[in-house]
Formats: sequence, structure tokens, C-alpha cells
Amino acid sequence: MNPASVKPPVLDDAAIVEELLADIGRLPPPLPPEDGDGGERHLGEPERTPFVSNSVLGLLVFLAAETMFFAGLIAGFLVLRHAALVWPPPFQPRLPIEATGINTAVLLLSGFTMTRARRAIRAGSQDGLARGLGQTALLGAIFLAVQGYEWTRLVSFGLTVSSGAYGATFYTLIGTHAAHVLGALIWLSVVLIRARRGRFTAWAHAPVVVCGMFWYFVVFLWPVLYLLVYLR
Amino acid sequence: MTTATAQHGEHGFWTTHVFSTDHKTIGKQYLTLGLFWAVVGGLLTYVMRWQLAWPETVVPGWGEIGPETYNALVTMHGTIMVFFVAMPILLGAFGNFLIPLMVGARDMAFPRLNMLSLWVFALASLLLFISFFVPGGAAAAGWTGYPPLSAKAEYTGVNWGMDLWILAHALEFAAFLMGGVNYLTTAIAFRVPGMTFSRLPLVIWQQLTATTLFLLSVGPLIAGAVMLLLDRQIGTHFFTPGGGGDPLLWQHLFWFFGHPEVYVILLPAVGLVLDVLPVFSRKPIFGYRWIIASTIVAGGLSFIVWAHHMFVSGIDPRLAMPFSITTILISVPFAYLMFAMIATLWRGSIRFDTPMLFALGFIAMFIVGGLTGIFNGSAPADIYISDTYFVVAHFHYTLFSSVFFGGLAGFYFWFPKMFGRLMNETLGKLHFWLTIVFFNATFFPMHNIGLAGMMRRIANPLQYDFLVPHQWINVVATIGTMLLLASQIPFVMNVVWSLVAVRPAPKNPWQANTLEWTAPSPPPHLNWGEALPVVYRGPYEYSVPEAPEDWLPQDRVLAARAR
Repeated sequence: MNPASVKPPVLDDAAIVEELLADIGRLPPPLPPEDGDGGERHLGEPERTPFVSNSVLGLLVFLAAETMFFAGLIAGFLVLRHAALVWPPPFQPRLPIEATGINTAVLLLSGFTMTRARRAIRAGSQDGLARGLGQTALLGAIFLAVQGYEWTRLVSFGLTVSSGAYGATFYTLIGTHAAHVLGALIWLSVVLIRARRGRFTAWAHAPVVVCGMFWYFVVFLWPVLYLLVYLR
Repeated sequence: MTTATAQHGEHGFWTTHVFSTDHKTIGKQYLTLGLFWAVVGGLLTYVMRWQLAWPETVVPGWGEIGPETYNALVTMHGTIMVFFVAMPILLGAFGNFLIPLMVGARDMAFPRLNMLSLWVFALASLLLFISFFVPGGAAAAGWTGYPPLSAKAEYTGVNWGMDLWILAHALEFAAFLMGGVNYLTTAIAFRVPGMTFSRLPLVIWQQLTATTLFLLSVGPLIAGAVMLLLDRQIGTHFFTPGGGGDPLLWQHLFWFFGHPEVYVILLPAVGLVLDVLPVFSRKPIFGYRWIIASTIVAGGLSFIVWAHHMFVSGIDPRLAMPFSITTILISVPFAYLMFAMIATLWRGSIRFDTPMLFALGFIAMFIVGGLTGIFNGSAPADIYISDTYFVVAHFHYTLFSSVFFGGLAGFYFWFPKMFGRLMNETLGKLHFWLTIVFFNATFFPMHNIGLAGMMRRIANPLQYDFLVPHQWINVVATIGTMLLLASQIPFVMNVVWSLVAVRPAPKNPWQANTLEWTAPSPPPHLNWGEALPVVYRGPYEYSVPEAPEDWLPQDRVLAARAR
């Protein structure tokens, strides 16, 4: 094995305490010796390398719950939409399809820059990481700003939460996603600050991976919502 | 490890007992909160049952009860018992305490997240408790919170109470989401060498399945809760027909969560019983792999049965048949679980210690509830018994048996490990026999009066002429309830006495196999000393002919035997 790749991660960061505790939990990993009791065979039990890290596994579990949360909101939207005779209802403003289409491209581009940031840190480039995360955060902020501007216009045209199922489902579903983008943006900013201080290395950058996963979740959820709410 | 241990060592009163990240302390804190709510929920049953037996009298110690108060009582009783007693005790307490100890981990995967989970749950408890005292009183729209009743304050006269009810639920779900992330990550990634999935104790399998069900089903209800809160606060019309909304949408969202939720409660209790039975039968569990398979199949099916709660709600009648079929199908894996429990007893050397009595009580009582479930699940029969006391009897035979008999089997079994003290067997047996007798005295008559037509959630049965001749049944059930509550006195005495009197528990008082019994009682912070145990075998190897004793712990290496 290449000596560089087994160099232990630098554990000077309080935020890695939980990973450290994980290591305590694993500490003495002696292989079970052959006991030859004729009972259930343990086939030598090779040292297990986990297929995902703990934080990634924890986030996957959380994202499963998040997916079901959005599934519930989307189901509510579809039920109310199909119960309505005409959709969108007459005398209600139409949603800005073109502007939001461009905004969709902006958000998808942020997924691409996030991938570049993760590639950079895997190759050991802390500058590339900070640059990629910065671009991602900027694109996310642009997306939110355009969304906010469109909302103020829609409200001025008379589409409000209390103007029936059309407005209520729109603001609830799209607003919940926007809140998620905002949350992801705050998280990303914290990671970005730490990235600029050079806290991440090619071997130890779990916070980048986990934050990136959440970012992908909000990015790739958006086209689904755009398709369902704006285009159909 | 010494440096690492020092870093995570917990010193001082506050970090050890209150703001602790130790999974055992958090488990006990969940247990304490759950028991507190059990007392509150139990006292509510006293008020409700008195009102039902003698409706035109003043309830001693409470006062006169009108229909509005009664609505709040049934609502809060259901809410408290399901969300603030069953979940914190069966998942919060046993999940936190047992998962790391039984898989051989030193703590949960994310200990600080675990502590946050507890404190968010404590905040939810506080909000729910406050809701009793706000103007308008506590929520009164039923534990299911059906709109339009729940969507407009003027329908129930409850404004603050209902909002606090929704917020308390939201916080509780957040708490158990954090717990669920921990449970799954810990049990998947933190197993000691040798602890393969096919050697995992069944209680852990059940906790994992329950957690997965919860995580996958709670999202739609959170979505529904958001919509309900918006309906109440900013005038949307998701659930109010006047504005283009659909009240049935809430019922779908609620029961999509609600039916898996009853298995979220049931499965951990089944797990506790499955782990108690082999220890006191001195026999391996019957059909370990099939139990796991049945559990997973039941968990999967639980996502496609929810509309059986809505047969009379006005859903498309063509939906009733498929949901009847899936509902009756789901009794197959549960029947297997029950048969596996009974087959484990078969020809065992049974020891009738208190945990075993409660485990057997669970089997007996749950089977009654399971059988009445078949009637509720078939749409034609259910249309007659829907929303009657037959249903009340059914879900108390299933849920009360899970939480009470299953939970107490676990409580008596793991008490020595949790607190390092032995409990009194005589008081324990007295507690069991009084409880099972008066449990039946309370809930069995409800079948009869339900078939006679008594509706759920009515405050005064004497208002209905056809119920007046059956009023004696209500009196029997009420006397049963009073005695059932009084039957808990030996339990309280036993717990207090065991904690005060020092009768230290040995490491392995029940001669059980699983890993938690290899740690000291109670286990120290980080559970084991320098070395973690290593697992060589499955969790239920009792009465193995080659072993010197009739139990063979999971970490025991058997000396090579003569062939």
C-alpha cells in the first residue's frame, strides 16, 4: 500500500469528535480466533471496511425521511390539483415559466460546481475546493434571490396563500423547497469558511461530502417540482 | 484509547446525569419522561371512565365534565399514550439503552445528536403539558386531529391548545428522526467483530425495522401538519372544503403514517418479548431467520393498509376491497411471530420469573387483539363496528399489551442492567397478576358494549336510549380501570424499594447470552473496559449439549470438544 494513503487524518478539529468516538467504538478489532466449536461458522471474518462512513450513512437515513416529506407535500398538491375543475384556476396569475426555467439551469449548474469542488479536494487542492464551494454558494444565492423576486411579483399580481388551493399549494411546496435551499446555503457557507481556513485534506473531508450530498438533494429535487408545478 | 476516553469522560453532576451524551443516561431520561406521561395519561383514564360510568355525577377530584372537556380528555389520552408514553419508552428508552450495548458499541454513532434528540423531546413534552393550562384548554379534535374539526378554532373552541398540539408533535417527530438516524447508523456501522446481522439479537432487528418504518412514514404526516398549521394560522384551505380543500387528504396523510406507527410501537415490544422468551425457556428461539423475514414483510405491508381506518370516511368503495385484502394479509406474518413465540416455549425448561410472566401475558393478550383485528380489517364487518367501543377494545388489546406487557417484560428483565439493582420477585408477580386480571376486566366488556352500538368519544352514554340497558357494562369497565390503576402500586413500591435498598445486581442475573450481560451492572461510561467483547455465536444458544452450563454467551469461546 502506498504510505501516503494510510497516513492518519489530522484530528485537530473539534468537529471530528464524533468520528473520533466512532473510532473508540471500534478500537480493539481483534479477529475472532478459530474456536472450532462446530457451531455456526464464522468464515474468518475479514476486517470490515465500512462501505460508507457513519456521517454519510446518517445523512442517507435523514434524506430518506426528507424524500417522504416532499412526497407527502407533492401528494397533497396532486390531490387538490386533480380535484379542481380548471387548473390553474381562472383569474389567477400564471407562473413565470421562462424566468424559472433559467433559474432551474442556475441551480443545476450549482450541482456541477459542487462536483468540481469535491473532485478538487479529493485531489488535495484546498484552493480548488474553496473556489468550487464559493461558486456553488453564489449560484444558490442567485437562485434564491430570483425566486424571492418572482414571489413578490406573484403576490403583487394577487396570488396569495389564502387565494385557494392554487396559491396555497404553490407557496407551501415551493416555499418548503426554498427553505431547504436556504438551509443548505447556510450549511454550505459554514463549510466554505472552514474550507478557506484549510481545514480539509484529501483524506479527511467528511463535512464536505455530507454537505455536498444535501446540496445535491435540494438541487435534484428542484427539476421535479418545476416539472410538476410550473410546466404541467 | 486512554486519551480518547479522557476526552469523552463525563465528570461532574450535570454532564453525567442531566446534559449527558451517554446513551444509557439518555435512555433512562426517555424512560423517566415516558413514565411521567404514563401517570398523566393514566389519571385521565380515571376521569374519563368515571364520567362514562356515572355521567351525571361530579368526578371526585376533578369536577363536572361537559362534552367539550371530554373531547379534550380523549384527545390528550390518545396523544399522550401513543406519542409520549409508548414511543419514548419502547423506542427512546429501550432503543437507546439496548442498541449500543447489544451490538457491542461504546455509545451511539452521534452522541451529541442523541442528546439533542432527548432535549427536543423534552421541549415537546413541555409544550404538550402547557397546553392543558392555556385559555381554551387542550386539543379536542381527537388524537387523529381530523379536519375540519382541527382546522378551525371555532369548531372545538380550542385555539392555543390545538396549535401547541401540532407543535408538540412536530418537535416529537424531529426528536425521533434524530434518534432514528442514530439507531440505524449505530446498528449498521458499530457492530463488534463477529456480530454479523445473522447474530444480531431480535430486539435489535425489531428496533431497526420500527425505526425504518417511522422514518419512511413520518414525512407525509409532517407535510400534513405543516398544511394544517397553515390552515389554522394564515388562512390556507388545504383541508377545508369551503376553500377548495379536501378533509380526506388529511386522513390519507395521517393514516399513511398512522398505520406504520402502530407497528413502530408494536415491533419493539415484540422484540423485547422475543428476547425474554428464550432466556426463561432455556431454549433457542424458534425460527430466528423467519422471524426477521416476517417482521420485514409486515413492515412493508404496513405501508399499504392505511385506508382500513377510512372505510366509513367516504373513500371510493372500490378501494375498500384491496385494503381489506392487504389488511388480512398482514395478519400472516404476525401470526408467524406469535407461533414462533409459542414454539419457543414448547418443551422448554420454563422459569416463571416476572419478566417471563409479562412476556406470556403479552402473547395471550395480543392474540385476542389480533383476532378482533380481522373483524375490523374486513370492510363489511367494519362498517358495523367502526367507531364503536369494539374498536377501542381491539386497539387496547394490541397496544396496551405491547406497551404494558411487552414494555414491562423488558423493564423487569433489563432493570438490573439499567440500575444495577435486583427487583423484588414477589411484588413483581403480584403486579403481573393484578394487572392482567383488571386489564381484562377493563377492556373485555368494551367488546360487548361496542357490539351493542356504543360509539367512541361520547361523553354521556345515558343520552342514548338503546345504551341505557347496557350501562352496567360501563360500570364494570370503570371499576376495572380503577383497580387496574391501583394494581400499579406494587410496581411503584417495587421500583422505589429496589432503587433505595441496595441489592446489587450481578453481571448476568438471568444467565442470558447477549452482549449487554457481559458488561458490569450498571455499565460504566463507554460500557466496557479496555477490551470490547468479540462475538462468536448467535444470541440464543441455550441448553447447548457441548456447553458446561445451559447458556452460552455470545462472546464465549468453547473449548475444543472431543470429537
